[in-house]
Amino acid sequence: MQLAGLFAQVLNGLQYGLLLFLISSGLTLIFGVMRVINLAHGSLFMIGAYLAYALAGITGSLWLALPAAVAGGALFGAALEYTLFRRFREREHLDQVLLTFALILLFEEARSALVDNQFHSVAIPAMLDFSVRVTADFAYSAYRIAVLGICLGVAALMFIGVERTRVGSAIRAAAENAEMVDLLGIDARRLHTLVFAVGTALAMLAGALAAPLQSVYPGMGDGFLIISFVVVVIGGLGSIAGAFWAALLIGLIDTLGQAYVPQAAGTAIYVLMAAVLLFRPAGLFAKG
Amino acid sequence: MTAALQAVGLSRRFGGLLAVSDVSLELSVGELHAVIGPNGAGKSTLVNLLAGEIPPTSGSVRIDGQDVTGWSAWRIARCGIGRSFQRTNLMPDMTVLENARLAVPARHLWRRLRPNHPSMANARSALARVGLADLTDRIAATLSHGQLRQLEIGVALALQPKVLLLDEPLAGMGPEESEAFAGLLRELAQDHAVLLVEHDMDVVFSVAHRMTVMLDGRVLARGAPDEIRASPAVRDAYLGHDV
Amino acid sequence: MRCATLRGNLLLAVAALVVACMPFYASPYHMQLASIAMIAAMFALSLQLLVGGAGMVSLAQAAFFGLGAYTVYLLGRTLGRPPSILVSLPASAAVAGIAAALIGPFALRTRGFFFLMTTLAFGQMLFFVFHDTPIGGGADGVFIQRPDLGFALTRASRTPVFLLTDLAVLAAMYAALWWLMHTLFGSVLLGIRANEDRMRAMGHNVTRVKLAAFVIAGALAGIAGHMAALNDAFVNPELLGWHRSAEALLIVLLGGIGALHGPILGAFAYTLIGEFGRSITERQRLVEGLVILAAVLLLRRGLAGLRFAR
Repeated sequence: MQLAGLFAQVLNGLQYGLLLFLISSGLTLIFGVMRVINLAHGSLFMIGAYLAYALAGITGSLWLALPAAVAGGALFGAALEYTLFRRFREREHLDQVLLTFALILLFEEARSALVDNQFHSVAIPAMLDFSVRVTADFAYSAYRIAVLGICLGVAALMFIGVERTRVGSAIRAAAENAEMVDLLGIDARRLHTLVFAVGTALAMLAGALAAPLQSVYPGMGDGFLIISFVVVVIGGLGSIAGAFWAALLIGLIDTLGQAYVPQAAGTAIYVLMAAVLLFRPAGLFAKG
Repeated sequence: MTAALQAVGLSRRFGGLLAVSDVSLELSVGELHAVIGPNGAGKSTLVNLLAGEIPPTSGSVRIDGQDVTGWSAWRIARCGIGRSFQRTNLMPDMTVLENARLAVPARHLWRRLRPNHPSMANARSALARVGLADLTDRIAATLSHGQLRQLEIGVALALQPKVLLLDEPLAGMGPEESEAFAGLLRELAQDHAVLLVEHDMDVVFSVAHRMTVMLDGRVLARGAPDEIRASPAVRDAYLGHDV
Repeated sequence: MRCATLRGNLLLAVAALVVACMPFYASPYHMQLASIAMIAAMFALSLQLLVGGAGMVSLAQAAFFGLGAYTVYLLGRTLGRPPSILVSLPASAAVAGIAAALIGPFALRTRGFFFLMTTLAFGQMLFFVFHDTPIGGGADGVFIQRPDLGFALTRASRTPVFLLTDLAVLAAMYAALWWLMHTLFGSVLLGIRANEDRMRAMGHNVTRVKLAAFVIAGALAGIAGHMAALNDAFVNPELLGWHRSAEALLIVLLGGIGALHGPILGAFAYTLIGEFGRSITERQRLVEGLVILAAVLLLRRGLAGLRFAR
C-alpha cells in the first residue's frame, strides 16, 4: 500500500464525510426540532447539484452556484416549511413518510421535465483546476481542498450558531423537549421555518459542491439520503456534534473500504450501524 | 418468612438530581403499605423502580427472595407485580374486557380467542372484583373517570399478581367514589401485598396498616398510621395542622 | 385492526370467484393485470401486519420481497433445473423470514422514527448486496427459470394458471392473517400498537412479540416475492429498493390502515390507477406523487373505511 495513496484516500474520506455532515446535520436538526422525518432531503441535495450544473452552464463558472444554492435553498426550504411541512408535523409517521416520498417523485419528475435523464459532468472552476503538490510524490486536487475548507467553515458556523446563540439554545432545548421552546420566549413556528431553511440550504450547498466531484444524474440524492440516515442513527438524533463525528467516521470507512476492500465496503457501514444499535441504541455520541 | 417484595437501599439519580435516595421497604401479603409525601418527593419514581420501569442507580429489589434488580418491566410483571398508573394508561379503543384480558400472562398465544379462552375467566373475575362486571363490553374510552380508575386496577389484578403497586388510584375522584374505593383497597389487601401511593389522607389513614413518609427522595418517617399522625417531624414537613 | 365481518368476507369470496372466472371472459392482458394486483396485495398484506397490527412503519419490507424473488433464481441456478413450487415457495418464505429474524433484533432496539431509519438502512444494505455483487446476477437483473408447478404449461395456458395460483396463495395468506389476528397473539399486537409501555407493565415481552410479527411479515413478503418471480420470470435489484416499500405503504394507506382486507382493496385500486395513469401520460412519477398526496390528505381511513367492516 502506497503511503501517498493512503494519504489521498484519507483526505477523500474526510472530504466525503464533511459533505455528508452538511446533509445529515440538516436532517438531524429538522428532526430534532420539528420531529418531522424528511425523506426528500436527498432530493434537495440533488436539486443543489442540478442548480450548480445549470448555473455553471449559463455563467461558465461554478462560483455563482454556491451562493445561489445557499440563498435559493434557504428560500426554497422556508417555502416548503411554510406551505407543507408545517402541516405534516402533527401527522403520523406513515403520513410523513408518504408525503415526503411523494415530494421525491415530484422533484424527480420536475428534474426530468426541466433537464433530462442523462448523466452530466460539471467542470471544476478554472481557478482551482490544478493540483497542490504536498510532498515530492504526492499532489492533491485544489478543488477538493477548497471543498474541505468550505465544509469546515460551515461546520464551525453551525457549532457557533447552535452552541453560542440564543436561537441555538432554543434549538438545543427543542431537541430535548418541544415545550421548552415556548418557555425561552421564542416563537416555535419561526424557529421551525428557520431550521428548515438552514437544513435545505445546507443540503443544496452540499449538492452544488459535490457536482464537480461526481456526475450529476437522476436519483443521485437517494444514496446520500440513506447514508445520511446511517449518520444520524450513529450520531444520535438531534445532535450536531454527533452528526459531525459520525459523518467523518462514515466518510472514512466508506472511502477507505471502497479503495482497499471493495467487496466488503458496501456493507461495512451497515455493520457499524448494527453494532451501534446493539451497544449504544441512542447513538454513539449521545450523552449518558 | 420472606417478604413478597423487598427493596434494600434503593436510589435513583437523574442527572444531578437524586430522585430516590436509599429507600428500603418490605411488603408482605395481607399488608397495605401507604407511601405519602409532597409532590416531587420521589413516590412515583419509587413505584417505577419497584416495577422495573427504570433501573435503580444503586440498591436491590427482591421478589419472594429472588433478586430481580435491573430486570425489565415485563419480567417483573410476570413475577407477580401488578401496577396501576397515576394517569390512566389503557388501550382506549378496546373494550373493558379486552383491556383486562391483555393483562393475563401471555400463554396460549396461538389459540383463537373464543369465550372459553383461558385468558377470559381471569379477566372476567378481575373485572368483577373491581365492580366492572356489567361493563365488560363497553369501549374503554366511553367510561367515566371513576370507572377508568377502577379499570386501571382491574387490569393490574388480571395479571393475578401477589403484589399490587397502586400509584394514586384515587386521583381526580369525588368523596363518595373515594369512600367506595377505600372498601375495595381494604379488600384487595387481604390477599395481596399492596403498596399505595396516595394524596387523599382520609382514605390513606383509614386503610393503611403501615406508612412511609417521603421527602426529597428520602424516608422521613415510617410507622403505623397513629404514629405518623403523631410525629412532629411529619407534621412540620408535610401534613401541616389539618390532620 | 378491524377484520371484515361475515358479510365482508362473503363479498371478498364473491370477488375472488369473479377473479377465478376471468379465464372465461377476460383477455390475457387483464388477467395479467389482476395477477399484478394480487401480488401487490400479498406484499401489502405482509406490511399491514406490521403497520396495522403493531404500529411499526417499516421500510425494509421490499428487501424481504426481493429476497423471496431471488431465492427462486438462486435455487434454480444451484439445482440446474427449475425447482418445484413445493420447494421454492417454502424456501422463499424461509429465506426472507430468516433475514427478518437477523435484522429484526437490531431494528427493534429502536422505536418510531429511528425504527424507520434503521429499517430503511438495513433494507438498502440488502439492495446493495444484490446491486453491487455478482451474487444475484448483477445490477441489471437476470431472467430466471420459473418454478415447476407439476404440469407442463403452454404459452396460452400460462396466464390463467398463474392467475389461479396467485389467487390461491393470496386467499391462503388472507385466511392465515385473519386467523392470526383472532388469536391472543393478534390482540397482543394490537395492544402494543395502542400502548406499548402498558403492555410491558402487563407482563408482555413486547420486543419478542414485535420480532415475531417482523419475522412473519418478512416471510409473507418473501412469499409475495416468490409469486412475482413466478409471474415475471425475471428478477432485478430494484425489487429490493425502498421505493417499493414506500409503494406498499401507500397501498396500505390507500386501503385503510386499520383493516385487514384494506391492502387487497388498495392493491387493486393502486394497480388500476397506475394503468389509467399510463394511458394518459408518460410521467408515471407525477401520477404516483399526486395519488399519494390525495390519499394522505383526503382519504384518511382508506377505502376500507367506506364499508365492509364494523
